[in-house]
Amino acid sequence: MADAVWLVGVDMTPFGRFPDRDLLDLGSAAALGALSDAGLSIHDVDVLAAGNVFQAASGVGQRLLQQIGQTGIPVFNVVNACATGATALRTAIMAIRAGEAEVALAVGMEQMGKAGLLPTSLDPGWTPGTFTPAGRDGSVMDTGGVLGAAQMPAVFATAGLEYAFRHGGVHFAQFAKVAEKNHAHSTLNPLAQYRKRFTYDEIWAAPMIAFPNNALMCAPTGDGAAAVVVVSGERLASLSDEQRRRAVKISASVLTSDPWSDAGEALPDFNTLTRNAAVAAYEEAGVTPADLDLVELHDCFATAELLHYDNLMLCAPGEAGRFIDEGHPWRDGTLPVNVSGGLLSKGHPVAATGIAGIYEVATHLRGEAGDRQIPGATVGLAHVLGLGSSCGVHILERGAP
Amino acid sequence: MTARIPIVDYLVIDDGEPYLVAHEAVGSGALTFTRRNADPVSGEPGFVPRRLATTGTVRAFTVVHRDAPGVEVPYASVVVALDGGGVVRGRLVGTSRHPRNVATIERVRLTTFVAGVDDHGTEAIAFAFEPDAAGVAVAGGGDGDG
Repeated sequence: MADAVWLVGVDMTPFGRFPDRDLLDLGSAAALGALSDAGLSIHDVDVLAAGNVFQAASGVGQRLLQQIGQTGIPVFNVVNACATGATALRTAIMAIRAGEAEVALAVGMEQMGKAGLLPTSLDPGWTPGTFTPAGRDGSVMDTGGVLGAAQMPAVFATAGLEYAFRHGGVHFAQFAKVAEKNHAHSTLNPLAQYRKRFTYDEIWAAPMIAFPNNALMCAPTGDGAAAVVVVSGERLASLSDEQRRRAVKISASVLTSDPWSDAGEALPDFNTLTRNAAVAAYEEAGVTPADLDLVELHDCFATAELLHYDNLMLCAPGEAGRFIDEGHPWRDGTLPVNVSGGLLSKGHPVAATGIAGIYEVATHLRGEAGDRQIPGATVGLAHVLGLGSSCGVHILERGAP
Repeated sequence: MTARIPIVDYLVIDDGEPYLVAHEAVGSGALTFTRRNADPVSGEPGFVPRRLATTGTVRAFTVVHRDAPGVEVPYASVVVALDGGGVVRGRLVGTSRHPRNVATIERVRLTTFVAGVDDHGTEAIAFAFEPDAAGVAVAGGGDGDG
């Protein structure tokens, strides 16, 4: 087993829509905030992992360093759909574990504005002047919506109803309860994009997007950034008592992709790679789901959260419906899930999301989460899933060596 | 006679009843609709075409109310496990789109429709599914607005 890697600094910007700021303003704010939180400077950093999706070809990490300090360190620009932030952190951790760095900075930053439905096609609705077979399926026109549903809300809606087909006790109501919980949780989070509580009836009545996901069951797009500073155990030992007291142990860092599935071309399998990541993470950390005090998981849609109760083994197999019905994932339940408000209400600036989950868990483990603090939290899990697919799971634990 | 072309190369429309054809990996038997360079399971090269059944069982569905510009909504979308192998996604047509109804549709069969016409009058033929027999009630869609 490799030596432990420690989180010593973390920060995030508010999530929302900030047309008066650009991507680098957002990334700089999070990076400088995390360095300040760590009590370190950019001159202490040995490597930068920079996550961004929508400007990924523009050397975002180097452009960020131009804003916060061009020290000449190696930069890894990473993109992995909605798992981009977690991938940046994973990259930073690997650099430390490999002995290439003692201090690493991982940043996830995104500026999307109000992007609406995120298409899975590059050119939805496009019809050419002359039909000519092209691409790996020999298509003659865009097939999105023609050969069934291809937009994100619909893809995750279908996955949710596949779970309902396989297991009892899951109907529209269970998905609505997920949204009710996360919108309620967000009212305590000053960094959330939305902080409005909705009644169950209001959620039930929201405009439908793709059954069962309606408008209050879909994460909003937006702008934001999050950053984390991680160090080796040796470097941690050189820091002050206060820095060590606030350090959070990264007990597991796992990234998976989707193995072959016979249905994968019709409906991406979000379950197997998540379960694989969870199994590996629990083993690496030496903990079980019963040890967790809080979980931040990837609720891009309400249907997704329900799946991941099961995939992350927070409930017994097939019991996700009962898990939400009995109130377990509420902040006062047996295993609080998405006390930040989740993507559904905190927001989902894609590349920032993975590190924002780390921010939330670490802040609770440090006992610094204010009104939304989960009392006595010592172990937490952060999960993200990027369509394509990638899954990142990190397990964090309170306590310095 | 109007010229026709399949919307994707795995739909066959030129010799009688339309059907789908998959790439079957020689090593593992995995079925794919998109062209691959090696078996996704074994990593070895080698595929043969395999004609698939035109009937199957609904594995999951959604009813889409908002989609990209130009896509007519609402519509029902189903994931179908074809009899004998192959899982594919398509629209469900020929029945009510309300979730309470779609959730009762278990058996479906392949059908086709004109998805578009190009500047030369050539029709792009797409596939969809329609109910094949009396439905069997399943979980998941019994509540909520469609």
